Amino acid sequence: MQGNYFQPEIECASREVMHYIQSKRLRRLVERCYQNVPVYRKRMDEMGVLPGDIKEIEDVRKLPFTTKTDLRDNYPFGLFAVPKAQLARIHASSGTTGKQTVVGYTKADIDAWATGAARSIVMVGGTKEDFVHVSYGYGLFTGGLGLHYGAEKLGATAIPVSSGNTKRQVQILQDYGSDILCCTPSYAMYIGETVRDMGIDPTTLPVRAGIFGAEPWTEQMRKEIERLLAIRAFDIYGLSEIAGPGVACECQLQNGLHINEDMFYPEIIDPDTGETLPDGVYGELVFTCIGKEALPLMRYRTRDICSLDHTPCECGRTLVRMSKPRGRTDDMLIIRGINVFPSQIESVLLELGMDPNYQLVVDRINNLDTLEVQIEMTEGMFSDTVRNLESIEHRIANALQSTLNIVARIRLLEPKSIPRSEGKAKRVIDKRKV
Amino acid sequence: MQIQQLSIFVENKSGRLAEITEILGTAGVDIRAISVADTSDFGILRLIVDKPKEAVEALRAANLTVSLTSVIAVGIDDKPGEFAKAMRVLADGEIGVEYMYAFISRDKGKAYVILRVLESDKAVECLKASGISLLDAEEIYGM
Repeated sequence: MQGNYFQPEIECASREVMHYIQSKRLRRLVERCYQNVPVYRKRMDEMGVLPGDIKEIEDVRKLPFTTKTDLRDNYPFGLFAVPKAQLARIHASSGTTGKQTVVGYTKADIDAWATGAARSIVMVGGTKEDFVHVSYGYGLFTGGLGLHYGAEKLGATAIPVSSGNTKRQVQILQDYGSDILCCTPSYAMYIGETVRDMGIDPTTLPVRAGIFGAEPWTEQMRKEIERLLAIRAFDIYGLSEIAGPGVACECQLQNGLHINEDMFYPEIIDPDTGETLPDGVYGELVFTCIGKEALPLMRYRTRDICSLDHTPCECGRTLVRMSKPRGRTDDMLIIRGINVFPSQIESVLLELGMDPNYQLVVDRINNLDTLEVQIEMTEGMFSDTVRNLESIEHRIANALQSTLNIVARIRLLEPKSIPRSEGKAKRVIDKRKV
Repeated sequence: MQIQQLSIFVENKSGRLAEITEILGTAGVDIRAISVADTSDFGILRLIVDKPKEAVEALRAANLTVSLTSVIAVGIDDKPGEFAKAMRVLADGEIGVEYMYAFISRDKGKAYVILRVLESDKAVECLKASGISLLDAEEIYGM
């Protein structure tokens, strides 16, 4: 398949060329970390690994892992490899799972990240002519500025709407004629609902593609967003520790996300043993920032669960593909000993034709874990008899039991009673005190 | 002979019935008959009103889930044994009743029963054939 590429020489490079680039960059990274980051030097010394031992990209396995805890322990700048004067920008994680983590970028890092984001916009079919409507939050969060710089790098037009004021978002989509919408998938749903509420036919809006990320989402949710907004919806992946959005993105084939592996080298490991896993096997995604200067993390454990595929894609790109993340090792729920990802529950609900607005409430009552699945009642599933509504509850409970082996209490709620999110949706409320 | 009943999904939260009926009051909708079916988590509020279309619009605008169902209204004399006659007709016709609720008319000596049956048309036929009076939509809405 012929396609448009931002940098075909990299995106469609042979494995040999990619191997050469990766190996060269890894050697430079290790050298720099050993010289400039005391934490890495200490760990490598403890493991008996010297920079000279790292010759090819495969030698990455000899290096120590880095975790979110390491970033917190060295808060704010302890893992930076360049003097402060060379920093061009600072971002920080939202801090929703604890103390926030701070990341830094040199001018070259910003440029590399913007390149990753620009490649992503082209992957979904974007061009220089397009208006890129950025509804991710601007600020310490990487979402807004990441796509913004990507759009500018491409030569397209960035519209820095940021998140919030949803009616104005729709107004801008309509009046300015945005071509590509960028935000979290849950906010895309919300914008889609608002388009309908405002009585606008989404097929009359020029927007044709959406770049959605920063939280895991399912295929069914993709279909729902595509229906609500009459667009094609693409998954983008990124995390502030590595760069931000643009680490990986789907192409037109929507069959895995192409990782910008010349900058971010991926591995899949067994989260329990740290063992590297082969293509096709799900495990924890780990990145080594071989293209970065300011915060060149080695084998950073993302806690995202996915698999890799090195076979060339029909789009012409040879960049390795990661599967859509199935969930995170840290948002995995353990309910009565059974591991469940919220995204798995979402799949079951959407397959039954339920509304994608749901919330999971986990509690511990009399030493037993309980899961309550709250779903909004839509007119499509409502009827005037209690019997029919109870049978809906039973159908959901049975489906969860048979596909995921979990016992859940189903609770039907009135429409719009689950708070809508302008950023990442809050799907789980864990009331357990353990 | 089919009358439109509004069914509204209501979470079991105190104050919810007040809020919903206030929406109807503001919309100038008059309630003719009312019934609530409830479980531990939710209830279904069923209403016969004078202006079903306006009522549905007002409720939907307030983000409520509403559906319209066809029901029938039977008029009976307010005397012992009269309601049983109507039930016997349905039983003999093998027509199952999903639910029902009754109210007494302003006309002296008359009572009305709203019936939700599975086979609405057949029920109307049987009841009429047995001489039981049924109210049409205009009569109920205009009461």
